[in-house]
Amino acid sequence: MAFLQVENLAKSYPGNDAPVFENVNFTIDKGEFVCIIGHSGCGKTTILNALAGLETASDGNLTMDGREVIGPGLDRGVVFQSHALMPWMSVIDNVKFGVRSRWPDWSKAQIEAQAAQYLEMVGLGHALHKKPSMLSGGMKQRVGIARAFAIQPKMLLLDEPFGALDALTRGTIQDELLKIVQATAQTVFMITHDVDEAILLSDRILLMSNGPRARIAEIVEVTLPRSRTRHDMHHDPRFYRIRNHLVDFLVSRSKDPKAAGEIHPPVVRPGEDEPGTTSLAA
Amino acid sequence: MKNEHWKSLLLSVVLFAFFIGVWFVATQPKESVQQAAAQDEYAALMGKGATKSGGFPPPQEIGKAIVTHLSDPFKDNGPNDKGIAIQLGHSLGRVGLGFALAILVALPLGFVIGMSPLLHRALDPFIQVLKPISPLAWMPLALYTIKDSDLSGIFVIFICSVWPMLINTAFGVANVRKDWLNVARTLEVRPLRKALTVILPAAAPTILTGMRISMGIAWLVIVAAEMLVGGTGVGYFVWNEWNNLALPNVIFAILVIGVVGMALDRCFAGLQALVSYTE
Repeated sequence: MAFLQVENLAKSYPGNDAPVFENVNFTIDKGEFVCIIGHSGCGKTTILNALAGLETASDGNLTMDGREVIGPGLDRGVVFQSHALMPWMSVIDNVKFGVRSRWPDWSKAQIEAQAAQYLEMVGLGHALHKKPSMLSGGMKQRVGIARAFAIQPKMLLLDEPFGALDALTRGTIQDELLKIVQATAQTVFMITHDVDEAILLSDRILLMSNGPRARIAEIVEVTLPRSRTRHDMHHDPRFYRIRNHLVDFLVSRSKDPKAAGEIHPPVVRPGEDEPGTTSLAA
Repeated sequence: MKNEHWKSLLLSVVLFAFFIGVWFVATQPKESVQQAAAQDEYAALMGKGATKSGGFPPPQEIGKAIVTHLSDPFKDNGPNDKGIAIQLGHSLGRVGLGFALAILVALPLGFVIGMSPLLHRALDPFIQVLKPISPLAWMPLALYTIKDSDLSGIFVIFICSVWPMLINTAFGVANVRKDWLNVARTLEVRPLRKALTVILPAAAPTILTGMRISMGIAWLVIVAAEMLVGGTGVGYFVWNEWNNLALPNVIFAILVIGVVGMALDRCFAGLQALVSYTE
């Protein structure tokens, strides 16, 4: 049984007869990095919030590590799109707030050390005692990531964490996130709008059709080697095949009702579609 | 920037000098021998207390009053001759007690109202009716039920301070950013810790604003309340000096009320700056 199992998840709001999404099925294995892509309004954030326990789905089952997900908990770390740092606390106090919640019996020194270690990891060792308002957007988001990692959750949920950042900052933080995730073998579920980001970071990409009645239309396996980096990724011909596949889906196929036809979405490996071309390139 | 500061200060000084000058000229004694004679006779009849009651006192009289009062602020020669510091002490004591009681009631109640939309809707009509009532309108009721003028004064301060604090606390608590509450939820923070470490600091600037408004109102009301109940306090001092027709003393008291009110407001502004945060 997979680490995370999502079965027939659906969400409808009272007064609306058509559910935002329905029959959403997918699994995530331990240590896997899974991104979800889809147009606005297809319910990505609702799925993530359901995993986080912040919202309840109208129907379906969520099990993580063999247990049903009921309500929020410390076994899942959440990085919010708006970073959600407490502005009255210093950077390290924000992280310590999480650490203290996770291990209430720890001594002050232990909590301090844990928080400092994770801030060091995201490259903020020099800004421990600054207030969040003194940091740039990218640095704030790093604090949010450190706070989520520092409680050592079984799964990390990232709600479009780099959406508000400029392209350069986004690139550096993606690299850092990639490094950290590889080092910690963290299981991650992430929402993104950025196709390149999804290919760089994930093992599999869930493609959602448009709402209402959105579904997961396809699961794309990213067949690039795990050692890929932002710098060499685009030299690999498989990268463009995957990228074109994703863009095609978002531009033309996502609104196609046929895309939402099957309850268990097909797994596709666009990178390996034309083995002949691969060998030519190699 | 610094230059602007000096300019505004200079302008303030010039305006003040101009104001004093106009006041001085306007209150020059009119050289009418007959009137002066009549004044002397009247003064002889009334004793020394009435010597200066001929017209609006000139600024130098106020200066003299200020010096006299400030040179012996702690004198206590019976109920009608207490130093200004003692009177202020009584007033500040009443305001402090009433204000503290209001905090004890308004903060927890405001928290509960802010957390529960149901309670908010249920209590809102009462708050809306009670809030605009002049605190002095409660005075007869307070005097009748409490049967103690001092406690009635404290009650009046309490009742006028409680509403801005209550409303602001409820508003601040109800409008804590959802993201911060979600962070607390995902970290399984217990309710009491959440209230003290997330909601209270998040709402603190709004709560402090409410307290600052409350303190301003309380200081306005205490003067009127003390005029009514009498006995001690800066309000009573004003009324007593009016009865003595000692206008310089009245003006001195008005100045003191203004300065103390400003100092109280500055204190709360400082507290506000302490708890405010930038997002």
